[in-house]
Amino acid sequence: MRPNTKLLSETASQTAGPYVHIGLAPRAAGFEIYRREAGADIAGPNARGERIRVEGVVWDGHGEPVRDVLIEVWQPNAAGVFAGDGAVEDGFRGWGRVVCDFETGAWQFHTVRPGAVADAAPHLSLWIAARGINIGLTTRMYFPECAQANAADPVLNLIEDPAARGTLIASPQERAEMPVYRFDIRLQGDGETVFFDI
Amino acid sequence: MTSPPSTLYPRDWSRQPPAYAPDYKTTRARSPKRRLIQLADPALHNTGPVFTDDDLGPGDWDLLTNFAAPGESPIGPRILVHGQVLDENARPVPHTLVECWQANAGGRYRHKVDTYLAPIDPNFGGCGRTLTDAQGRYRFRTVQPGAYPWPNGPNTWRPAHIHFSVFGAAFAQRLITQCYFEGDPFIPLCAIVQTIPDQSAIDGLTAKLDIDATIPHDTVAYRFDIVLRGRRATFFENRADGG
Repeated sequence: MRPNTKLLSETASQTAGPYVHIGLAPRAAGFEIYRREAGADIAGPNARGERIRVEGVVWDGHGEPVRDVLIEVWQPNAAGVFAGDGAVEDGFRGWGRVVCDFETGAWQFHTVRPGAVADAAPHLSLWIAARGINIGLTTRMYFPECAQANAADPVLNLIEDPAARGTLIASPQERAEMPVYRFDIRLQGDGETVFFDI
Repeated sequence: MTSPPSTLYPRDWSRQPPAYAPDYKTTRARSPKRRLIQLADPALHNTGPVFTDDDLGPGDWDLLTNFAAPGESPIGPRILVHGQVLDENARPVPHTLVECWQANAGGRYRHKVDTYLAPIDPNFGGCGRTLTDAQGRYRFRTVQPGAYPWPNGPNTWRPAHIHFSVFGAAFAQRLITQCYFEGDPFIPLCAIVQTIPDQSAIDGLTAKLDIDATIPHDTVAYRFDIVLRGRRATFFENRADGG
């Protein structure tokens, strides 16, 4: 048996910096270069389940919007299956990438409501990169109407402070066209979002 | 899960930059104050987005040509940056997406918010992407980026660098970093580089001249290997899996 001994060490992370869009979302930087930018469509056209919209702002410790943030989403389909780990709808990737408005910091994306996986309540995993973030921050967004599943969720239950737990639960927005969730992320200070060491 | 869940080695925080690194001023208000909650999420350790050649254009890897007008070329030293994406078990990470972006040879980014004096190069976009091959190898052909000033202090300059974004096979391996160039005198002066608490980890971000891979009379080569978190060996029915 081979022992658990690392031969190499993980490369050090560095901030994505203010010009992350050039590499990961060039249209937002102001130019067209790729035939298709990665991450624009999380669920694809054939995904079953309920279409939802998620929107928010990432705030810094001074209460200012983080206007250069980039967020990546990773989620299973409506049946709780991750792409690459079982049969999913044709075109379903479950991964996406969003950038915010450079003036307001507002971002939004469309996807399908994720199914539950094992004993976890339905949620989206989010990964946040920006200038001033030295290593990507991982968090989760849970759904407010799943109160019972959220109460039993083993990860939410790792968080002792109920107010901190609440930072991971989105707020429903009243809109006609589809369910819309507001999920503001606070990097620091009052209402600081819970982040995970994954 | 179709494959038995296993876990990655925990992240070695002694080699990673802390969120709060006050000499890099922007971290002061963008660093969480609460400690991170430990989370061994089997989904993040065993699944991640998969990309194929269909997602990319065949010339996306070549920054000398992927934005240039036909017959034109960006200005600056022609370089090849190449290497291998490995995991902590020294196993190649095949078919994974590697993306890069950089300033042009004058230190100017093609970005609506960059206002540095140095001019935009009409033939240089400044980004590339590729999938690693079966041995985890990647390459980008580009121009050597220039150093440029940044507003961290009254006279602060970034060393020449190329930003790298890498996925790996599991989302918990996701990494964004920067590749510097051997011998750059700005490296020890840069507050972003110096957020990293370990000198050997900083050295790991420095691409080395690779004279054997240099194309004579044409292009200088630099080698930059990237290591992603590795998987613990797990054992099922006396069979090692995931190594």
